[in-house]
Amino acid sequence: MRTEVITDAIGLRGSGGNGANALPPGDGPNGDGSLRSGAVPQRAYVTGMLIALGGILMFFAALVSALVVRKGLSAVPWKATDVPRILWLNTSILVASSITLARSRRDFLTRDEAGFRHWWGVTTILGVFFVAGQVLAWRQLVAAGVYLATNASSSFFYIFTAAHAAHLLGGIVAMLAIAFHRGRRLDHSTATQVVSIYWHFLDALWLCLFVLLLLQDRL
Amino acid sequence: MNAPANTHPEFGRAAAHAEKAFVRRYIFSTDHKIIGLQYFFLALTAVTVGIVLSLLMRFHLVWPAAHLPFVSGGIMTPEQYLALVTMHGTLMVFFVLTTAPQGAFGNFFLPIQIGAPDMAFPRLNMLSFWLTFSAFLCMMAAFLVRGGAPISGWTAYPPLSALGDVTGPGEGTGQTLWLVSILIFCLASLLGSINFISTTIDMRAPGMTLMRMPLTVWAWFVTAILSLLAFSVLLAGGILLFLDRSAGTSFFLPAGLVVNSELQMRNGGSPLLWQHLFWFFGHPEVYIAILPGMGVTSQIIANFSRKPVFGYRVMAIAICAIGFLGFLIWGHHMFVSGMNPYSGLAFSMLTLAIAVPSAVKTFNWLGTLWGGKIQFHVPMLFALGFVSFFITGGLSGIFLAQPALDTMLHATYYVVAHFHLVMGVAAIFGIFGATYYWFPKMFGRMMNETLGKIHFWLTFGAVYCIFMPMHFIGIAGGIRRYADATGPAYLAGLQPLHLFITIAAFIAATAQLVFFYNFFRSLRAGARASNNPWNATTLEWTTSSPPLHDNFDGRYPNVYRGPYDYSVPGASQDFLMQNMPDEQYPAPKGPSDAH
Repeated sequence: MRTEVITDAIGLRGSGGNGANALPPGDGPNGDGSLRSGAVPQRAYVTGMLIALGGILMFFAALVSALVVRKGLSAVPWKATDVPRILWLNTSILVASSITLARSRRDFLTRDEAGFRHWWGVTTILGVFFVAGQVLAWRQLVAAGVYLATNASSSFFYIFTAAHAAHLLGGIVAMLAIAFHRGRRLDHSTATQVVSIYWHFLDALWLCLFVLLLLQDRL
Repeated sequence: MNAPANTHPEFGRAAAHAEKAFVRRYIFSTDHKIIGLQYFFLALTAVTVGIVLSLLMRFHLVWPAAHLPFVSGGIMTPEQYLALVTMHGTLMVFFVLTTAPQGAFGNFFLPIQIGAPDMAFPRLNMLSFWLTFSAFLCMMAAFLVRGGAPISGWTAYPPLSALGDVTGPGEGTGQTLWLVSILIFCLASLLGSINFISTTIDMRAPGMTLMRMPLTVWAWFVTAILSLLAFSVLLAGGILLFLDRSAGTSFFLPAGLVVNSELQMRNGGSPLLWQHLFWFFGHPEVYIAILPGMGVTSQIIANFSRKPVFGYRVMAIAICAIGFLGFLIWGHHMFVSGMNPYSGLAFSMLTLAIAVPSAVKTFNWLGTLWGGKIQFHVPMLFALGFVSFFITGGLSGIFLAQPALDTMLHATYYVVAHFHLVMGVAAIFGIFGATYYWFPKMFGRMMNETLGKIHFWLTFGAVYCIFMPMHFIGIAGGIRRYADATGPAYLAGLQPLHLFITIAAFIAATAQLVFFYNFFRSLRAGARASNNPWNATTLEWTTSSPPLHDNFDGRYPNVYRGPYDYSVPGASQDFLMQNMPDEQYPAPKGPSDAH
């Protein structure tokens, strides 16, 4: 039983028409002529998410390269924004959320529904805490008189954090959608997988952005 | 044709769902074919507006003092002329050259050509279209606001584009609408590209290996990858520009900038940064416009030469190579920006390297034609026109790729001639070829062949009359973007050529009326099309015309051979469709996959 769930979760079942592994003529796209959830193979959702991450990566790469160029071309000395301390706390919350999410996925794959729901909920709440923490960081900066247009460094600080938070909010919405989508029970293996990939990616992305914000003077 | 196929239960469900009320069926449809048609008609609308704008520009260049009834004040101002330049370029590049080849034909035919019932994410597909449509409305609204449309060109260079009203009419609300429209368009294109890539990777029918995909599918696939990587960068750059305009940041605005005697309080940004971000998108965008045309040209030339595409595998590789190199050469748009000459040299060499895969494609098209039983149907004429424009437009690119020459030619009509021929007209001929070729499949009727030939020859001749003389104007120093060149003596001497071009432009535009007449008349009164009127080989011709809601009537086609099995020795007919097994039409083993 477990094997079945895992193969399902990693998208081996329902993989339609990959020509490279084309099935012999006469067989359906699954080998048995059937698909459990629509004509779209489950693997396509994973593929779609990975491709979307490529686009998101390019988006942030463009912003990072803009920072590097903006810093290099500026006639005005670069004044790095002091990163609010709460960002360290936020970062550890986000890292923790990835760990709880991994735990949740493991429970999911072992068909421990209660464990899955518990850790899935914890992850969602940690995500909300992270975004709230980012808002607190902005409020601290505003209180210190550092605004979006104060200087180039502050502009990039707000853009990086806001763009990342916007993506994470999307992740939170997806998590809530799965959490409250009752009735199909453990039947959204692909959905949890896709959301997990997205969440871990945003975690790793934030670590990169955080390091960049900390070390921007040394670039 | 009656190859064993697979029924599967979900298709029955999909077919049952096909009968929907008008709104769900034709407006908010998730059927990739309807969405393709929506993109098509959107592009048709945009191209009509774009042509009208270009005629106004051509008219103004020759008769700058003429009184125009619809212009406030009677005589067009230079700013109004620049608004025409901006909107013509924007509409054509985004809403025609990006929308038609990929959004329209890619949507309609990619799933069918790979044997899929639909795109991987139909609702996302619908969202892409409606975002694109919203972007179009937002763009057109720029004509209606105070100050009118923006004047900063389709490239929207700051500081002109970043400071608002102070830099000129149209730079206030008009430019804001332009920017919002482009941001929405970016989002739509990104969602669309995710769909295209996932569909190509995961939705292929059994037997449809990568090396059995039609070259059109290869082109749409690589184009989608370019869209994904390019539009995300434009989205980032656009957001920064938006903040510069509305939030007082200084990404692109230098310190100490004085505009109209007003000191702008900004701190140390760089207009060059925008140019880098923009052209990192802008150059791949050229290939987003042209690659689908290349795919269509390969498909049509093979079909009407009754021969396999010469060097299929190399053709597929060449598409990938062009896509890859396309990301490394954005700097050739910036040779006059004062960049480091060594950077210029690198960009120059990489740009020239594009000539290699381009030449591979051109020679392989000629190789496909060589010794073929050529049928000069209308789609074939447009495909050959594509090759012609691609060569003439591409050759001037070799000159412009060299910084020393580009420095002289950059601001002149030479560049206008170059990019119109290679990315504008060539891509448009690809679109026309695709329209004439697939019209029977899209609408179930044939277009009129005679009218199509008249349309082709008039357009082909007139377009060359427009753009070839522009090279001379450019070499003679004719500056582009000038609203009125009748003043300086050295420019005034070029006016007769401008008059010639304007007359040719009006002829070319008139020729399009033939197309529109043919198109809309054939929709209602064209001869009924059979399933496979061109005796073609790819999977879309195995379906009914037009195809059913789920394309293959509840079955997955099985694919047994490559996409261009024409004139296979020993076969009983001169084309073997991709779903024909060997035993049905005996053919020697081997050549079907790798030509």
